[in-house]
Amino acid sequence: MRGGGLLPVAGLLGVLAAGQWLLPAYHHANLVRIMVLALYATGYNIAFGYTGLLSLGHALFFAAGLYGASFAATLAGLPPGAALAAGTAAGGLAAAAVGVLALRTAGVAFMIVTLMFAQAGWLAILALGPWTRGDEGIVLPDAARALAGFDLSDDAVRYPLALALFAAGLLACLWLVRSRAGRVMVAMRENEERARMLGYDPFRVKLAALAISGTYAGAAGAAYALMFGYAGASLASVQYSILPLLWVLVGGAGTVAGPFVGCLLMFYLIDYASSLTSATLLLVGLALLVLVLFAPRGILGTLREKGVRWLP
Amino acid sequence: MAALTLLEARGLVCHFGGLRAVDGVDIDLAPDEVHALIGPNGAGKSTLVGLLAGRIAAQAGSIRLGGRDITRLPAHRRVRQGIAYTFQITQIFARLSVFDNMALAVQGGAARPGGRPALKREVAGALDRVGLADRAGEVAGTLSYGHQRLLEIALGLALRPRLLILDEPTQGLAAAEIAAFKRLVAGLPPRTAVLLIEHNMEVVMELAQRITVLNFGQVLASGPPAAIRADAAVQAAYLGG
Ligand SMILES: Nc1ncnc2c1ncn2[C@@H]1O[C@H](COP(=O)(O)OP(=O)(O)O)[C@@H](O)[C@H]1O
Ligand SMILES: [Mg+2]
Repeated sequence: MRGGGLLPVAGLLGVLAAGQWLLPAYHHANLVRIMVLALYATGYNIAFGYTGLLSLGHALFFAAGLYGASFAATLAGLPPGAALAAGTAAGGLAAAAVGVLALRTAGVAFMIVTLMFAQAGWLAILALGPWTRGDEGIVLPDAARALAGFDLSDDAVRYPLALALFAAGLLACLWLVRSRAGRVMVAMRENEERARMLGYDPFRVKLAALAISGTYAGAAGAAYALMFGYAGASLASVQYSILPLLWVLVGGAGTVAGPFVGCLLMFYLIDYASSLTSATLLLVGLALLVLVLFAPRGILGTLREKGVRWLP
Repeated sequence: MAALTLLEARGLVCHFGGLRAVDGVDIDLAPDEVHALIGPNGAGKSTLVGLLAGRIAAQAGSIRLGGRDITRLPAHRRVRQGIAYTFQITQIFARLSVFDNMALAVQGGAARPGGRPALKREVAGALDRVGLADRAGEVAGTLSYGHQRLLEIALGLALRPRLLILDEPTQGLAAAEIAAFKRLVAGLPPRTAVLLIEHNMEVVMELAQRITVLNFGQVLASGPPAAIRADAAVQAAYLGG
């Protein structure tokens, strides 16, 4: 539970940094998207993997970042840096607000309540067509995506930017789960009643974890909007609540780098499957089945269990 | 006299539907006593200590700790005020190491040591008192049943409580472990008062300075062991007289 972990994380970030020069254009572009989504998954893991909060409503926090940044850029005319900050804050605030209400429940009820909040958010986005343009979405003008003279639609620019965001999120996550607060989060996951009778307030700990998790989702949503120039209702749908859960489960819940591994793997699995067959979901389903059978704790979780103890 | 009372509960009530689990109970604990709570199964003992620890909300009555009203205080805040509670059914962090279990307890208590050396010292001290000093590195869930019970007690001790509530702690312990347990509890006062729910009468008679007998959610008798042993009503209801 304690000790290093910095080395493997630094190693992963080093490899990703080398990708800026070494990767062929196609994969270089893919990784921008993967790193942004992995930031989302890393945050999801803080709530789900470490604190045991199975939320089905994170799409709302992702969307808060997505639209928070988009509106900040288009309506308020803020520069990308400020728009990113606005979206990040919107994600955290949305998660805190949902948490205050949803954390009165637990287990299945918590899943349903968070899902309902996210569905309400998605319907609201569709209903507010004049501003959000619903499913069609907002396309951010190039002017909103120019950062200090650099063009955020250029892969050579957005790759290091996505990497910087992901690196910050990953290192912050490593620091958090190694801290005293992180161990209290794990205590809530492992045995909430015991933790309460050791003097810890379950509501406060879980609310903080959810708000941090939502902040990650907001940052990822905002980065997504600014880098890919688009914010649409489909990115707020229930699918975007399920995806981070899936990535985390595949990579290993409660492991620092698991969400990235899961995200990377699923991205290329779907990419590969769609080149073979139109029944992509069937292949993805089969892959998940194999995983559940042979690596029920996810890839990194199972490796760690099998004795690769240096994995954070 | 008021200063000699650590905990003072008046008219506590907890009904589950029509079932009067705790039905108007008064209880006083001195800061330096071992106080046993006995009574037949279903008498309301676990419910009563649940009320004291704040796990269950009282439907009526009041609880004061060191003169301060804690009736409405949530359980986790009562822990920080100095009430430690061990569960009748063992509750530990089974997948964490013994050390991590203990670290959570040390840092959850009222007195918080600063820094890692102090934490290690504190953990080692509490583990040593229950005889688990050499188990710190093990995963808690892999300990034997008896050792898990001892870890649960150690978690309570690590909180440095003013009052330690133990709900049937010797259940399932071997004879040697019970002997060690008795030595441990006898050494807790005067720093820590103990409220002990216990079926083993030998343990009760040896440890307790006072005994409260509960039956059908009400106090049947309360007093020193000799008086309780002699009480006819207690004999009829409980001691199998
Ligand atoms: N959460 C609950 N809901 C309903 N009934 C309960 C609950 N907890 C305890 N009881 C009932 O209250 C009575 C007292 O239980 P308890 O306090 O556990 O007794 P004891 O610890 O003395 O054996 C029992 O009849 C028990 O079935
Ligand atoms: Mg009981």
